[in-house]
Amino acid sequence: MKQIAVISGKGGTGKTSISASFAVLAKNKVMVDCDVDAADLYLLLNPQNIVTNPFSSGRTAVIAKDKCVQCGICGNLCRFNAIREFTIDSISCEGCGFCYRICPAGAVYMTENDSGTWMVSDSQYGKFVYARLNPGEENSGKLVAKIRQESIKIAEAEKKGLIIIDGPPGIGCPVISSITGVDAVLIVTEPTMSGLHDLERVSRLASHFGIKTYVCVNKWDINKEKYSQIENYCVKNDIDLTGKIVFDPKVHKALNKGITMAEIKNSQVSENVRDVWDNLYNKIKEY
Amino acid sequence: MKIAIASGKGGTGKTTVAVNLALSLVDVQYIDCDVEEPNGYLFFNPEIKKAYNAHVLIPEINIDKCVLCGKCSSVCEYKALAKLPTTILVFKELCHGCGACSYLCPEKAITETKREIGIIETGSCENIVFAHGKLNVGEPMAPPLIREVLRNQSDGLTVIIDSPPGTSCPMVSAVKDADYVLLVTEPTVFGLNDLQIAVEVISKMSIPFSVLINKSNDDDTIIENFCNVKNIPVLMKLPFDPDIAKLYSRAIPMVHNNTQMKKRFIKLFEDIHNHYRESKL
Repeated sequence: MKQIAVISGKGGTGKTSISASFAVLAKNKVMVDCDVDAADLYLLLNPQNIVTNPFSSGRTAVIAKDKCVQCGICGNLCRFNAIREFTIDSISCEGCGFCYRICPAGAVYMTENDSGTWMVSDSQYGKFVYARLNPGEENSGKLVAKIRQESIKIAEAEKKGLIIIDGPPGIGCPVISSITGVDAVLIVTEPTMSGLHDLERVSRLASHFGIKTYVCVNKWDINKEKYSQIENYCVKNDIDLTGKIVFDPKVHKALNKGITMAEIKNSQVSENVRDVWDNLYNKIKEY
Repeated sequence: MKIAIASGKGGTGKTTVAVNLALSLVDVQYIDCDVEEPNGYLFFNPEIKKAYNAHVLIPEINIDKCVLCGKCSSVCEYKALAKLPTTILVFKELCHGCGACSYLCPEKAITETKREIGIIETGSCENIVFAHGKLNVGEPMAPPLIREVLRNQSDGLTVIIDSPPGTSCPMVSAVKDADYVLLVTEPTVFGLNDLQIAVEVISKMSIPFSVLINKSNDDDTIIENFCNVKNIPVLMKLPFDPDIAKLYSRAIPMVHNNTQMKKRFIKLFEDIHNHYRESKL
């Protein structure tokens, strides 16, 4: 079984639009949305028969007012500035439990976090797994790991040869969790200074973990000079440029109607995204 | 006043808004808290005057003093310490640096040492005071670096905080102590979905906020309807304009040589200020 993660470094370059197009184009696969704090792929895949599961991870400290003797020890030791005026700010608390362990009055107790939910569903493109981290919660990396495990179980049970992961932006914890152990990453970038800069950082992340990297430039014709800079960067760093997708204002409107790039009839965009998928798949199936 | 520019969805235009707002004001500081992918400096080209490493504290076990009682691994909520038959293992990347293990070790066998997680650079560009953080590639934890960047906030200046995308801990760390949050969105189903989650987070923190619609086209009702129902003011709209996109691609701020645009951002600041005051009444 092969796993491919679509990532970008910079947000808004088109990861989800392209992942949704792959859902349309790829056969025999499971789809996973690993952007658990802003999950959008479900808007295009129209999931049915959704089974929702709770996700709990980590704890939060609470001070029992009636037991607190206001000695202030906890507030002095908390490294996260989460304790002010003998009250714990649940948003700042990282659940280390230090206060709970040192409170001389036994006034601090720990509560389990209700961190989010994860869903298994049917879509017209096969099984689709996604999740929702509760607003402001931590441990997005663990929720990502959870839904990736589930997608592997499903792929094994249903004998699917491929898992396609729509990843989060950035290079931190949830991204690392999304790409650990995958066979390849596709970095979606755009021909802008920011796009190029973020491509450099995220491709270094992928090579740090020794993952085969492919690049696709979305809206490549917005700035052709920046596009050739990206091309040069890829050549220099031995990264496979798998394709480019033209800018077309129609995409915006289509997505709002739930139509993916691959499904926009008689368009250059749909041809381009098909080429990107064909190139990528032909390479991945070889190893 | 500290104004955080945030969004749930990435790529809606946080940096564009933060940079152009900063360039339109006086006595202002720009702080880039998107430490995973900081892009603000590309637009400012600031002169960096100071650069220093940011650290988190991790435990170091003095094995001569350690009696392998296992207290440290039992108090670690992050499973960053593991007791083996002859030693204690430290998993550095899992450590949040809470300090519980070293404080609670009965043998005083744990000291804390610094682990570098990224770099902080400060400087200026014309009249703007600048600071940003860059997370080391491969480092998972952004929040400690974000907290460190924010220590550079200058009193007496208007501070513009460019927040990372999303709605989880990095975003929360960036906006938590702000006086005001401006949420940047776009009129798409994705923009709306992620705006709704961002609104939930900001409401939980009880910070006054409003919305800016970027890449606005002839029909923004998808966002406007939501804002109307929730009674959230929409303070500004920036058009979907290929010329703006081209400037952005070359990292040229849209207020550059454009007094009309600059006036719009000054007006945005006044509107933020007024809305902030009203919300405090």
